[in-house]
Amino acid sequence: MSLNNNILVKLENTGVMLDNKWLVKGVSLEVKKGKIVTLIGPNGSGKSTTAKIALGIYKNIEGKVEKFTDKIGYVPQKISIDWTLPIRVSDFMSLTEVLTNDEINNALKLTGVEHLKNNDLRNLSGGEFQRVLIARAISKKPDLLVLDEPVQGVDFKGELALYELIKEISEKLGCGILLISHDLHVVMSATDHVLCLNGHVCCSGTPQAVVKDSKYKELFGDRASTILSVYEHDHDHTHSPDGTIETKK
Amino acid sequence: MFDDFFIRALVAGLGIALVTGPLGCFVIWRRLSFFAGTLAHSSLLGVTLAFSFDINISFSVLLISSAVALILLRLQKTTKLPSDALLGLLAHSSLAIGLVVIGFLSYIRFDIMGLLFGDILAVNKKDLLVIWAGGAIILLVLKLIWKPLFASTVNYELAEAEGMKPEKINAVFTILMAAIIAISIKMVGILLITGMLIIPAAMARNLANNPKQMIIISIIGGLLAVVLGLYSSLEFNTASGPSIITAALVLFILSMFNIRKFKQLKK
Repeated sequence: MSLNNNILVKLENTGVMLDNKWLVKGVSLEVKKGKIVTLIGPNGSGKSTTAKIALGIYKNIEGKVEKFTDKIGYVPQKISIDWTLPIRVSDFMSLTEVLTNDEINNALKLTGVEHLKNNDLRNLSGGEFQRVLIARAISKKPDLLVLDEPVQGVDFKGELALYELIKEISEKLGCGILLISHDLHVVMSATDHVLCLNGHVCCSGTPQAVVKDSKYKELFGDRASTILSVYEHDHDHTHSPDGTIETKK
Repeated sequence: MFDDFFIRALVAGLGIALVTGPLGCFVIWRRLSFFAGTLAHSSLLGVTLAFSFDINISFSVLLISSAVALILLRLQKTTKLPSDALLGLLAHSSLAIGLVVIGFLSYIRFDIMGLLFGDILAVNKKDLLVIWAGGAIILLVLKLIWKPLFASTVNYELAEAEGMKPEKINAVFTILMAAIIAISIKMVGILLITGMLIIPAAMARNLANNPKQMIIISIIGGLLAVVLGLYSSLEFNTASGPSIITAALVLFILSMFNIRKFKQLKK
């Protein structure tokens, strides 16, 4: 591991062509231990495809993918469970990894769905299922987490809490994260490296650099670039009702 | 004790039910009923080849079924026809070729009815060995690949992403399917083996709420169907293979009543 500077997965100029159409083309990226790399971009820009290239789901690809770990936790964007399968949350948790009862309980507790452990997977709501998916991905203590819109359908309060949790987990486990998200607020505040996709890489770099890029403004509109300023604003003080500034502590 | 033909039939049937139980669950979960039927149809060709070249029937059926399965996988990748059309194409063309080849084998006395519907009462000691040894191997392999197989049944991409190698596992599973058909063709016949795979598992789906439970209920259902079917065929002097499948159907119908009652109790 030390030989390649803690790189977990590396894509070099990769692309996928399906029915003579490029789904995505010319993507290079690397995810290192303890770092969060985020893919942003409009619908159909190839974010999920890029994640699937990194995971090795696509076989016939252009370019080169190197994976340096097999301990991977994946939260797919879409997953449908066939009704012919009687499967409980606890069965689903240990799908690709042997887990103890405690490990299952702990992971479900972290995402706030411990009470659903013995429920049928099909009877969960969208948000509940999403929480189970995240719990499953982190329970196996992966080196690399690939999260494709992990908080879709989760309520507002839960959304922030789950992002907090994901960050916390990555720090605790020291794992790398490849994140796909439409939530620019979160992306810009918690990410180490951003790739802006639109069939190819439009621009990439630190969040600070990306928001200043003209291509980013073109893709997301002018308002999107003001996002970061909100977060760079440090709340070291509060305002009293009459407007005077009170320094914290 | 294996000298009595009825005991031999019973032991053979129970051995088959032990294996079709878990395999049948995967057939239902993966929506492979037609696939199982196609393999079974193609086995007629395997049987006729066995007679032509004087080789072991189970071996030749395993060979042909595996070949058809591989051709199917290849066609799925290279043509734009939907899977059910490809399955129909392979099932009926291999059945037809099998029947045509039988025509050339006029020098051999051939019991087509026995092939189509099986003749569990004609099972000899060697067949018993094939069923129990073959069945044990199938179950052992199934146990070894359980985790990746189940993971790729639930979601192929998730399994692929997390290193479960679903493509390889699917190939192994396909061969297991060909193998169970190969060892049981003589007992239940081409047309009824699919029933043995699907009906007990379908019954189990009505009663189970987790995968392992469904497999256990499916096995128990299959065993019960064999015992009930064979004894009633003795009692009413009916064909043994069809009697077993009919017994399985009766169990399935009973399991439907069970759910309805259960749901009423819940209300």
